[in-house]
Amino acid sequence: MSQALDMITRVRGVRGAMLVSAEDGIVVAEQLMEGIKGPAVAALAASLAGRLRRAMDAAGTGAAAFWHLQAEQGALLVVPGAGILVVAVAEPDVNIGLVRLELLRAVEAGL
Amino acid sequence: MDDIRALSAQLAQDPQSLVFLRLGEALRRKGQLEAALRVAMNGLERHPHLADAHDLYARILTDKHDYERAFDEWDMAVRIAPHHTGALKGLAFLYFKVGDIEQAEAHLAAAKRVEPDDPSIEQAIAMMRKGASPPEPSAAAADSSTAASPTAASSTAQAPQGSGLDEARVFAGLEGANEGLLLIDGAGRVLGGALKDRAGTDVTDTVAAYLAGVSQEAARTAKLLGLGAWTGLSAEGQQGNVHLAHPTSGALLLVVRERGMPLGRLAILAQRATLMARRWLEQQ
Repeated sequence: MSQALDMITRVRGVRGAMLVSAEDGIVVAEQLMEGIKGPAVAALAASLAGRLRRAMDAAGTGAAAFWHLQAEQGALLVVPGAGILVVAVAEPDVNIGLVRLELLRAVEAGL
Repeated sequence: MDDIRALSAQLAQDPQSLVFLRLGEALRRKGQLEAALRVAMNGLERHPHLADAHDLYARILTDKHDYERAFDEWDMAVRIAPHHTGALKGLAFLYFKVGDIEQAEAHLAAAKRVEPDDPSIEQAIAMMRKGASPPEPSAAAADSSTAASPTAASSTAQAPQGSGLDEARVFAGLEGANEGLLLIDGAGRVLGGALKDRAGTDVTDTVAAYLAGVSQEAARTAKLLGLGAWTGLSAEGQQGNVHLAHPTSGALLLVVRERGMPLGRLAILAQRATLMARRWLEQQ
């Protein structure tokens, strides 16, 4: 698990990465820079993921394979796996494509 | 004529805007085909990947009986936006004209899958099956009696029916305005747009209900992370991509497109839709 998080946090501009239980929003593992409130972010990310999954299912697009919350000063990037969310917190100028690849790799490798 | 003046003035003020779609259509309906053609061509130069622009150009060419070029334009529109019902109807009309009933029916069937509740498609299919010639598309033929004519299609480029904006016209003029765009308020109530799933079932209310509260959660998450205000949320689905934005603090906009549309392009489309939705909300 920590190796997967290592690979994600090595990407320039990534401030931290977490593995979150999709069902209850509890942090399973984390590598976060100081000041990031991991448990609170995990809970909200899981809740957001749940709403998004239900809305996307209803809209007929199928489950989300990757989602990306953009904000003025950074981004939250998430790839859902089997019962787990792989989450990265990033600076605004991060290479989104690269982070996405690392998140997907982490899920494919089974963490 | 006042409409045309007003639209011309708007276009002169902002040549990049999509108001050329409404102006071109208004001119076409007035029978001013050369002027409509110029407007459409200028618009296409600025927006070469906009399916609605190709659709408008094709309708004008059809009015001028230049069916070969009209075919190319509708074909291009369908390549850009495979579910563009105006273009599908247009191609059906042209196939009918050359006697290829099978292709005409196939295109109308495709349009029906996208807009199953559009009675004009069923009427056109029925007319073709009876062997009746669909009406010649013309600038003056945009009424309900011309069901099989692509110029009477429920195109996004039609001129406004009333003096003000209404719910159905929130996204008028935007690429794919008839499909996959939904505007809701913070309580999950639909403000504009509509959504259908892949089977053609209307899922507007269901999706709106699930999305209620997303805006607040996204805002709280971004705040907790010290990221400032959230500006958008993109998601890749297995069969389609979505983008969420908030035109105003209380409203949420959802854009759904096929998986083939990259997230970056979807974000650009969503930005345009957000601007239109914001303008519409301000006018309410």
